[in-house]
This record gives sequence, C-alpha cells and structure tokens, in this order.
Amino acid sequence: MKRWLPSPLLTAALVAMWLLLTESVALGSILMGAILATVTVWGFKALDPPGGRLKRPRAAFALAALVFADIARSNLAVVKIILNPRKTERVSGFLHIPLDMRAPYGLATLACIITGTPGTIWVEYNSANNTILLHILDLVDESTWIDTIKGRYEKRLMEIFE
Amino acid sequence: MTHLADLPVWAAIPVALFLLLGSALALIGSIGFVRLRSFYERVHAPTLGTSMGIGFVLLASMLCFTVLQSRLVLHEILIAVSMLVTTPITLMLLARAALYRDRSEGSDDVPAAPPVHTAAPPAQDSAPPV
Repeated sequence: MKRWLPSPLLTAALVAMWLLLTESVALGSILMGAILATVTVWGFKALDPPGGRLKRPRAAFALAALVFADIARSNLAVVKIILNPRKTERVSGFLHIPLDMRAPYGLATLACIITGTPGTIWVEYNSANNTILLHILDLVDESTWIDTIKGRYEKRLMEIFE
Repeated sequence: MTHLADLPVWAAIPVALFLLLGSALALIGSIGFVRLRSFYERVHAPTLGTSMGIGFVLLASMLCFTVLQSRLVLHEILIAVSMLVTTPITLMLLARAALYRDRSEGSDDVPAAPPVHTAAPPAQDSAPPV
C-alpha cells in the first residue's frame, strides 16, 4: 500500500484537481485522474521531497478561514494607505521575527499566508537561526506584528504540521 | 459572449458588482505603484490584485457561468489556488533581488546580511549596519 500509494492526501488532491479541470465526475475522468495522480506522485517522490504530513486537517480548515478574514481586512487597510491623499507619518520597514517552527511545509504555508496578505512580504529566511525577515507596509508597532505572526499563524501551523 | 444577455437580472447585478470590486482593487494596486515611495513599499501594491482582486473576479466568473450553464462551475478555484501558491515565489524573487543589490551597494536602509552569509560577499566596512 505504502509503495503503490505513497501520499494518499496529495493523490486525492491531484484527482480533485483533474476532476475540476475536466469538469466532470464520469467514471472515465475519475480513472484517468487516478492514473495521472498516481504517476505524478511517483515522480514527485523520486525528487526526494522533505518529509512531513498534515497532522490535523480540521485545524487547517480553521486556519484557512482565519487567513481569509485577515486577507479581507488587510486588503482594506492597504487600500486606505494607497488612497490616503496626505503623506502621513506612516512608517514602513523591515522586521526580523524569530520562529520556533522548523517543518518545511509549515514554513512554506507561512510564506503563502504572509505574502498573500497585503501589507506584509516575506523577504528572507535564515535557516541557521530560524529567523524570517519581513517587510511591512504599516509598521506601527513591531511587537504587535510579532504577536500576530507568531501567536496567530505560527502556533496554529505548528499544531497542523509538527 | 453574445449569450451573456441571457443572464437574468438577479444574477447580473452581483456579477457586475463583483467584477467592479475586483477590478477596482487591481486598479488601486496599480495606483499604489505611483504613490508609494520606495521599491519595498511598491512591492506590496500588486498583492491587492493577487488576493482579493482576483478573488472577486473569480467569484463573478463562477456565478455568471453557473447561472448561464445551469450547472455548478467551480474550476475557478484552481486559479485561486495557483495564484495563492505562486505569488510568494515572484514577490520573494523581486524583494530578494532588490535586497541583494541594496546590500552590495552598502545601503543603510536595509538590514545587514545575516552572519552566515557575510563569508560570500566582500565585507563592506564603509557602511556599518545599524
């Protein structure tokens, strides 16, 4: 089983993607999707990807909802900054954040969250001391941002991936 | 799309609204390119279009074609997922290229390279890190 179907979750996701692409749930599409997904996963495993798995899928859905709301909120915040006619004393700048998480897929997800949320950008990751460098458009209070990244996202990601 | 006229009004209004909201966000993002001051600030602007901007446009597309074809059209989700997963790659590439150039020029505005990296580029004593 392990040999023929190395990562069931990835295979299922690829089958779902194929069904969405072909826009059908006919038996033929499912079979074709299953074959393609299995071969793709074999190819992916041959690249020797870093290990790691989704430990708590339900927590992942909760995090997705949280991120969705945050993206909406920060979209509004960035719109306000751009359309603000006055050049106010808004400060933007770099911020180092030390992380506790080491799981590679957790870090990748954190990068997607931070970059997907307008106003924050992941600039650099230092694996030696596990620190990330962010650029933040509205750097009002550094400790608030550190609390947001660490308390809001990293804690949940560690529950999911570690 | 000539059969777009078949779209009933109750669907046409939200579709138009979502399209306008999405394109407004993309436009505001582009205005940000002009208004924001440094490169690192400007790199934030297009994320409006790549997050909620594209989200609204895809929502409009899903609603429009679900109603027109009388079946659930969901493959826009794939566009949203690919967008979410690939934008960090481009943005990181741009930000890191800028950071690399600023560091090699000895700019004071960017944080110094971490100690592990200082072995590779020649040490720049002229501009001490803050």
